[in-house]
Amino acid sequence: MTTHRTSKRRLAIGSAVAVAALLTTAGCGGGDDKEKKGSGPGYNAAVGKIANPSEKKGGTLKFIGTQDADSWDPQRGYYGFVWDYARFYTRQLITYKPAPGEGSQELVPDMATATAKISEGGKRYEYTLRDGLKWQDGKPITSKDIKYGIERIWAQDVLSGGPIYLKEVLDPKGEYKGPYKDKDPEKLGLKAIETPNDKTIVFKLPKPNGDFEQMLAMPAASPVPKDKDTGSRYGQKPFSSGPYQWVSYESNKSMVLTRNPHWKKSSDPVRKALPDKVTLTLITNSDEMDKRLIKGNYDVDLNATGVGQAGRVEALRKHKGNIDNPLTGFIRYAVFPQTVEPFNNIECRKAVIYGADKKSLQTARGGPQGGGDIATNMLPPVVKGSDPKYDPYGALENNGGPDTAKAKEALKKCGKPNGFETTIAVRNNKPVEVATAESLQASLSKIGIKANIAPYDGSQTPGIIGNPKVVKSKNYGIIIMGWGPDFPTGQGFSMPLVHSKYILNNGNNNYSMLNDPKIDAKFTEAEAELDENKAAEIYTEMNKMVSEKAVYLPFVFEKNIIWRSSRLTNVYTAHAYNGRYDYSALGVVK
Amino acid sequence: MLAYLIRRLFAVVLTLMVVILVTFGIFFIIPKWTGVDPATMYVGKQADAQAIEAIRQKLGLDDPIIVQFWEFLRGLFVGRDYTSGADTVHCSAPCFGYSFRNEQPIWPVLTDRLPVTFGLAGGAAILWVFGGVATGIVSALKRGTLWDRSAMTVALAGVSLPIYFTGVVSLAIFSYQLDWVSNEYTEFGVNPGDWFSGMILPWVTLAFLYAAMYARLTRATMLEVLGEDYIRTARAKGLREPVVIGKHAMRSTMTPVLTILGMDLGALIGGAILTETTFSLPGLGQAAVRAISERDLPLVLGVTLLTAGAVVIANLIVDLLYAVIDPRVRLS
Repeated sequence: MTTHRTSKRRLAIGSAVAVAALLTTAGCGGGDDKEKKGSGPGYNAAVGKIANPSEKKGGTLKFIGTQDADSWDPQRGYYGFVWDYARFYTRQLITYKPAPGEGSQELVPDMATATAKISEGGKRYEYTLRDGLKWQDGKPITSKDIKYGIERIWAQDVLSGGPIYLKEVLDPKGEYKGPYKDKDPEKLGLKAIETPNDKTIVFKLPKPNGDFEQMLAMPAASPVPKDKDTGSRYGQKPFSSGPYQWVSYESNKSMVLTRNPHWKKSSDPVRKALPDKVTLTLITNSDEMDKRLIKGNYDVDLNATGVGQAGRVEALRKHKGNIDNPLTGFIRYAVFPQTVEPFNNIECRKAVIYGADKKSLQTARGGPQGGGDIATNMLPPVVKGSDPKYDPYGALENNGGPDTAKAKEALKKCGKPNGFETTIAVRNNKPVEVATAESLQASLSKIGIKANIAPYDGSQTPGIIGNPKVVKSKNYGIIIMGWGPDFPTGQGFSMPLVHSKYILNNGNNNYSMLNDPKIDAKFTEAEAELDENKAAEIYTEMNKMVSEKAVYLPFVFEKNIIWRSSRLTNVYTAHAYNGRYDYSALGVVK
Repeated sequence: MLAYLIRRLFAVVLTLMVVILVTFGIFFIIPKWTGVDPATMYVGKQADAQAIEAIRQKLGLDDPIIVQFWEFLRGLFVGRDYTSGADTVHCSAPCFGYSFRNEQPIWPVLTDRLPVTFGLAGGAAILWVFGGVATGIVSALKRGTLWDRSAMTVALAGVSLPIYFTGVVSLAIFSYQLDWVSNEYTEFGVNPGDWFSGMILPWVTLAFLYAAMYARLTRATMLEVLGEDYIRTARAKGLREPVVIGKHAMRSTMTPVLTILGMDLGALIGGAILTETTFSLPGLGQAAVRAISERDLPLVLGVTLLTAGAVVIANLIVDLLYAVIDPRVRLS
């Protein structure tokens, strides 16, 4: 009893402090967007446009971060910042256009001379490689190197962790066992990829997939030279096909890249490669990182998770001209596992959706700037086919406040007119998510729903909330999470969240256990569609079907407050990189 | 003496074995308690059953704890191989384990970070031993004076104020505002001047905390010693006061100080976690924090063992030094 009272009191005090701090930030953040404070070119100067455009070469671009990569191996990295940063030392057949905002979502040729020649009804993709492509040792990059690099995805027993889209699309039955078990002397036994000569590469898909080129734009499709492949340790020092090569790396500590002398601008229309050197320093104290950025010791936060609470106040008050506030592409949301009672009843789910105070949830996330815009549905604005105006549960009505009448009506229909008791599962290493859970708990208590907050070890997410048995046994009726697109289509965002094939015993992301053949069919239909606009329309319909299931309560379309050093040139945020700066375009003034 | 040394070394080995066993037990039991497969922590967003099984195999999670324990012990002396699928990584002796999170053996990570922690602990220890002991002695000799009261008040503040307060405040003032010292760590070999500049605040902050404790300890011990019969006898013999204090009183006073110093230094080798985190020093403490937050269990195990080893060995050295400092103590 004492413990309970103490924890409630702590919760109340904690909430009050958090809300006060967030309100302070919200207050600081208001005002004229054109306001220019500090030495930077202006607030949001790099959102939707290029700040400090320049072609000047030289200097050292200095990154700082608090989190190291999951892996710097191009086939193993899955963190968003790794995909952005990896383009310093990797190249792909195609990549995203070096342009601000939405423009970055267009695919353009990188090592290939043009985007794919698609034939056989979308089942054959052919690329021709540019002239002058070189590894860091001066050897030519061939189509075989690209094939070998992609084949490494199949070796999940050695190289786990990265995206496996290409494996699923090219070899859905898993017939190929990866290059390390390949009996072919060249280790190029994957039948779905052909390399008739060093300059040509052909992909043969068992069935069409309109997003195939999106998958090829991932670093997972980077070439790797067979004779330099060190297996699971390749991420300690990848061999460079890009404009920079690795000089040194100490995990969780530092990295230095210098120019790859064999990379030629004439062979690479995408990367500007302005700095002579790129350095990365990794520390553990995020407040200290913000201070060093504001002091000017560093240029960019590698992780781009946003300036922390302490630094945010100072940054917005004194250095607003150095701040950008882009959409990240992430949705922060609550999801209701249908295996946990009473969330097997759609009306009970609707009661929570209507009863939630979205404005309060937005504030808990950091307000309109630190948190983002109130989300109306489960397809973020950066994904083709999204429609933020589609608001099936009236999230924007009543200024984001709860619809108590509808919530109570839904409770009656679900047979729990006086409410019910449930558990909110939240990662214990994400203070903002804990604050969100407290906000949700407070608003639900007003309609009689008693939600107990259950923080769990965030580093074990795949084995806890990713395990449906654990979810059911712990009675997690509401799970708080976030999700961003792997690539900006419905397949790249929604599929792992709502497709039945993603219901897994471990590492499950379809937490709601949504298993609807009609929704699955929409993905099949969209994948077969080669016209991206028509595919987008299908995903719009899919999103409506998901919304009608009422298994998600979206909080915000996330925005971040990110720091832009005054030294940076050629800076812009890119939708293709979750609102981070396009790292390969950056330069420095000295 | 030799028999004593052998006995103590045997105790050191036994203690370390117990630490390994307990830590291994926790490593082995935790997944059973939580019902979570640790292999799932390393597979990323798109979990693949093949990958989970391979990680389990590589970490040896399917083996009984006795087998895991034996493999670990063997690795310490002869090295070992970690295999998953067709990939085998060799971990040379002394193999303290293999970080699946970072795909590297633990021992090089520890030895890479050890100099930073040594530098921090060593520099701070020099400051706090000289500062703390000197303050304590003067306070004891000038008991009840303004100096004594002031010094003990400052010492009380030093003991009371946590590093994450004094560290942040000193950084804000001396680095960010006045720009007198660096807020960044530079390796000694890269630039000794920058290394020194970056270490001053961590040294002083850490020493402030410990010096305060040592000053209070030294003062109390010295006051007790000064009341001993042999000190009175020494004075009665007409010895000069500096000789009485420096030669006779100091030896007895230093015995408890040395005991605490051994334990403190040993523990700090395992990581001055708060200091390293506050000042972003890439030492063992920072590695430990990251390993814990990322559930990099092999690295946690490695840091734990190193800490235990440092504490046990430091204590052994202290015990041996007793005989040197205080001839009344005989090793037996």
